[in-house]
Amino acid sequence: MSEPLRRTPLYAVHVAAGARMVPFGGWEMPVQYTGILEEHRTVRRAVGLFDVSHMGEFEVTGPDALATLQTLTTNDVAAVRVGQVQYSLFCDPTGGIVDDLTVYRLADDRFMLTVNASNIDTDWAWVTGHSRPGARWRNISAETALLAVQGPRAEALLAELTDADVKSLRYYHFAEGAVAGARALVSRTGYTGEDGFELYVAARDAERLWRVLLDGGRPAGIAPIGLGARDTLRLEMRYVLYGNDIDQTTNPLEAGLGWVVKPAKGDFIGREAIEKVRAAGIRRKLVGFEMAERAVPRHGYRITKDGHRIGVVTSGSYGPSVGRSIGVGYVETTHAAVGSELAVEVRGVPHAARVVKTPFHPSNVKKS
Amino acid sequence: MANVPADLRYTREHEWAKGDGGRVRVGITAYAQEQLGDVVFVELPKTGAKVTRMQAFGVVESVKAVSDLFAPLDGTVAEVNETLRPTPELVNQDPYGKGWMIVIAPSQPAQLETLLTAKEYEELIAGGGH
Repeated sequence: MSEPLRRTPLYAVHVAAGARMVPFGGWEMPVQYTGILEEHRTVRRAVGLFDVSHMGEFEVTGPDALATLQTLTTNDVAAVRVGQVQYSLFCDPTGGIVDDLTVYRLADDRFMLTVNASNIDTDWAWVTGHSRPGARWRNISAETALLAVQGPRAEALLAELTDADVKSLRYYHFAEGAVAGARALVSRTGYTGEDGFELYVAARDAERLWRVLLDGGRPAGIAPIGLGARDTLRLEMRYVLYGNDIDQTTNPLEAGLGWVVKPAKGDFIGREAIEKVRAAGIRRKLVGFEMAERAVPRHGYRITKDGHRIGVVTSGSYGPSVGRSIGVGYVETTHAAVGSELAVEVRGVPHAARVVKTPFHPSNVKKS
Repeated sequence: MANVPADLRYTREHEWAKGDGGRVRVGITAYAQEQLGDVVFVELPKTGAKVTRMQAFGVVESVKAVSDLFAPLDGTVAEVNETLRPTPELVNQDPYGKGWMIVIAPSQPAQLETLLTAKEYEELIAGGGH
């Protein structure tokens, strides 16, 4: 991996703000500005601003756009109305997960897909390689910036700055409008478990909008939030992270993502393999667990029961709003029930853990 | 520049050591805790455990990273800072004070004089830490 790290349009702004920059999925990104715990709490209690412009965006248009997406994704795109967003997956023919993504229906025959930063190149090859003739694809990742405004005070802040009707905008819906004079797609979505919005804007507007949001949010206690807190926030919700919890060796059913697989819609890539797994039953399952002590479970640590390996940790951290060390991992289904007592091997020593209900922290997303 | 008290001695792995009536108090430096970020767990040995110079005696975990703690000298653990168990954030808040980790009864007290001086440690971290 000798390719130079990519940078978002806000790179210089982060450096000037004193952020600690780290490599993430091929990108040079802010992991923290002041501290992960403080940033985490800012999002839970007030409002935080994230630069997630590293995410990729593709647009697909034309008479075959819908049919192409039905083949490429596991969820039922026909059920998505214009103005609505859908969480979905690309799977390969074996049912392995190529990426997780959101699908925006911009018009009957026009969609935008938001994909993971580390997968932009593989996803682009995947979608264009499986496209029908009447669907035209455009990779708009480089020209698009993505800012996330997340937290209980996000709505009030954004309402002051946009002509879009954000107060009546429902969860997993979007509106197009102007935010502080910049054309934006305003989406009521996020990766934190708090109410909030994701703003898709032109890359050239990103820096000005970043400053306007920080200035306007000052009375509400806004702060820029790095990828460190983004990870602890999403983990407390048990939202999966591609590359950690899901990848091409995991299938949607064992990952708990069966709810976005809709075999009744017709054929799609991976359908047959996933249906075979469904019929046979899954052998392992992604569960959430809490540690009895503070030792932190981390990606790759072994999960054991009475000294035998029964699984592996895929994500773990101290959960700032939970007040305990938490994690998710794949375990054999016989040990996956809530209440199941397990151990996580931390530096070779088993530490007690227990399977718990998730999310670990109550979700505050806008549900109606 | 991180705070480097002149009256302490230091390791290349960012522990500080302070002679204290024949015993040696040990913690991690202000620079180390800044690099780690928020400390959420400190794993320490029990009183009476043997420690060996530049061998790991414990572990400090931040939200993002795990880091070994290295003993500055040979000896036996005489005291352990049990308050770090419920309040590991003391390592960030007061690394040279309430965030101390262990007290060693050294078997070779002269080893203390072989550790880095404050000036040498300052030069080390000015050069990037390693």
